[in-house]
Amino acid sequence: MERDPLVCVMGEDVGHYGGSYKVTKGLATKYGDLRVLDTPIAENSFTGMGIGAAMTGLRPIVEGMNMGFLLLAYNQISNNCGMLHYTSGGQFKIPIVIRGPGGVGRQLGAEHSQRLESYFQSIPGIQMVACSTPYNAKGLMKAAIRSDNPVILFEHVLLYNLKERIPDEEYVLSLEEAEMVRPGEHVTILTYSRMRYHVMQAAKTLVNKGYDPEVIDIRSLKPFDLYTIGNSVKKTHRVLIVEECMRTGGIGASLTAAINENFHDYLDAPIVCLSSQDVPTPYAGTLEEWTVVQPGQIVTAVEQLCK
Amino acid sequence: MSAASLSSAINAIRSSSFAHDRSALASNASHPSSSAFLGSTARLRFNPISSSAGRPRSSAAVAAVAASNVVKEKQPKSSVSGSNLLITKEEGLELYEDMVLGRAFEDMCAQMYYRGKMFGFVHLYNGQEAVSTGFIKLLKQEDSVVSTYRDHVHALSKGVPARQVMSELFGKETGCCRGQGGSMHMFSKEHNLIGGFAFIGEGIPIATGAAFTSKYKREVLKEEGCDHVTVAFFGDGTCNNGQFFECLNMAQLWKLPIIFVVENNLWAIGMSHLRATSDPQIWKKGPAFGMPGVHVDGMDVLKVREVAKEAVGRARRGEGPTLVECETYRFRGHSLADPDELREPAEKAKYAARDPIAALKKYIIESKLASEAELKAIDKKIDEVVEDAVEFADASPQPPRSQLLENVFADPKGFGIGPDGRYRCEDPNFTAGTAKV
Repeated sequence: MERDPLVCVMGEDVGHYGGSYKVTKGLATKYGDLRVLDTPIAENSFTGMGIGAAMTGLRPIVEGMNMGFLLLAYNQISNNCGMLHYTSGGQFKIPIVIRGPGGVGRQLGAEHSQRLESYFQSIPGIQMVACSTPYNAKGLMKAAIRSDNPVILFEHVLLYNLKERIPDEEYVLSLEEAEMVRPGEHVTILTYSRMRYHVMQAAKTLVNKGYDPEVIDIRSLKPFDLYTIGNSVKKTHRVLIVEECMRTGGIGASLTAAINENFHDYLDAPIVCLSSQDVPTPYAGTLEEWTVVQPGQIVTAVEQLCK
Repeated sequence: MSAASLSSAINAIRSSSFAHDRSALASNASHPSSSAFLGSTARLRFNPISSSAGRPRSSAAVAAVAASNVVKEKQPKSSVSGSNLLITKEEGLELYEDMVLGRAFEDMCAQMYYRGKMFGFVHLYNGQEAVSTGFIKLLKQEDSVVSTYRDHVHALSKGVPARQVMSELFGKETGCCRGQGGSMHMFSKEHNLIGGFAFIGEGIPIATGAAFTSKYKREVLKEEGCDHVTVAFFGDGTCNNGQFFECLNMAQLWKLPIIFVVENNLWAIGMSHLRATSDPQIWKKGPAFGMPGVHVDGMDVLKVREVAKEAVGRARRGEGPTLVECETYRFRGHSLADPDELREPAEKAKYAARDPIAALKKYIIESKLASEAELKAIDKKIDEVVEDAVEFADASPQPPRSQLLENVFADPKGFGIGPDGRYRCEDPNFTAGTAKV
């Protein structure tokens, strides 16, 4: 925001309140109420307003207080955000960033625990990235803001408390590249967002049991970085996808298809995809735990895959 | 509520009467803070819908027509005498030419559609020309217009060349959107026409965003004197949609420089406005959000223009949005695929008699602004423009395959990295339109 006066923020409670997860804390005091705009509760319209502002020269960042609320903005995100650059014959660009917290939290109930990446993935004309660490959150956010494409940046409700030492110098990450978290030889584990932590926890157990998993945080949910993923598949010949999306039509489903299509010859076993159960996330803690993939399941899956 | 108290309620919202107070118009320019809002004095004689439950469908519309006719009859008395003319000769001819262009173009579209040159959903604007011309001819190039699927004439009024619009309709690469948008998606960055939208209501937030940018430029970027306004056009059906209300709220909240223009042609495809709306007087919904709401006779370009002047002036001065309901009518069906069986012939005839082009022509001739010959010359000129547009579109090439993937992303890196490590947009097949993305 300091570098470019065209960058502005809009959303519910982003200004005076500092954001429901304090992501925009202090910005309104520094940049004023128009640049950090507190909107009324009208997702479809203020997202559309952000798109209109982007088309006429600004670089807005629209926050969904919870990503689930952006279901109300689906009309604008699909029809206008994704399509207008094409429909206008390339005349109008839409350099908007739509971001917010999503994913399964701690007993927040079904509607506040949604994973919208699977709903938005078919929309042509948008890019989707998911951050998972303070380092890649900052780098991806900068990249998304500077990109002339509309980018949806998925944050996770349970990852806001992570602490990490990050460089003082400016850095920008690539929106299209995946991140190698742990190189290995036996199996490729593809994951993103919070599941990365469940995978790394499982990885510790697996290493103790003598396995050497390669863990890749795909980061770019649309488009997939098939180069990093492909190189890994060619090395290990076994793929496990661990995601928080539901099984049906999730990111994992698309990734499975993409890998099968491109790297079929390199696979020694069918791709295994661990996803959340196709249920509305229950409120009860035990039930909620069973809807989401747990480290124990990841360990078992790798053991099966590597038999 | 009785008719009498309804009309006094309407008058309470108006702060000055239209037909007589010419001096008020002049003084407005020098007293920007006390803008007397001008509007139509149409006394709507039909009762609120709650007391008219038993009425036949069209009688309320006919009553509205009758009320407007009363005002229309009053109009010539005060404005035909020389010094009281609302427009100069140049303005008159400009308005006439713009409306004739709109009409001739749309008639040609119908012909071309039935000859198989144009496809899909085509929504024609015949009959509503006064609204487009009345508003858009007051705008600067930097002002924005946001429309709906009935957008050909908005595009033409805003300055998009007829050739480009016709080409777009034929799906040729020389169209204003390279053939990628079609009838319902007219865009022009040069003329600040921001769509063209297929779903109703989805353009209104976009318009609100364009107005937001204007305010942002003035207040955050400190571009002195940036007073660009945005005009959003939409129909009566849209006024029951959430996006309409949400944007009225936000626009008034932040005093955005936007004018919401309702083209109330009484029909949303086959749904009569009166059957869809609990309170059919759309202008009333403006004051509910704190902004002025005006009802104007949308078949009279001069009345529309007077209201538009005030609304645009308010927006430019930073006083915020205005809701203008234009009572108008489409002479053709909703689209070229609509059999148009539900509208009564009597209703159609009533509005056909109020053809805005015929009305302006009559006004121009009676007030001796121009001769019949001059107007006929304009008719002929427009015929040639439209013929030329068709020839140009016919002769233009279809988009080549290479265009298929080009405009999906402003930055084509968005297609990602392929298995070979290169960005997919670097693949030579990408420009051929055959790359796997």
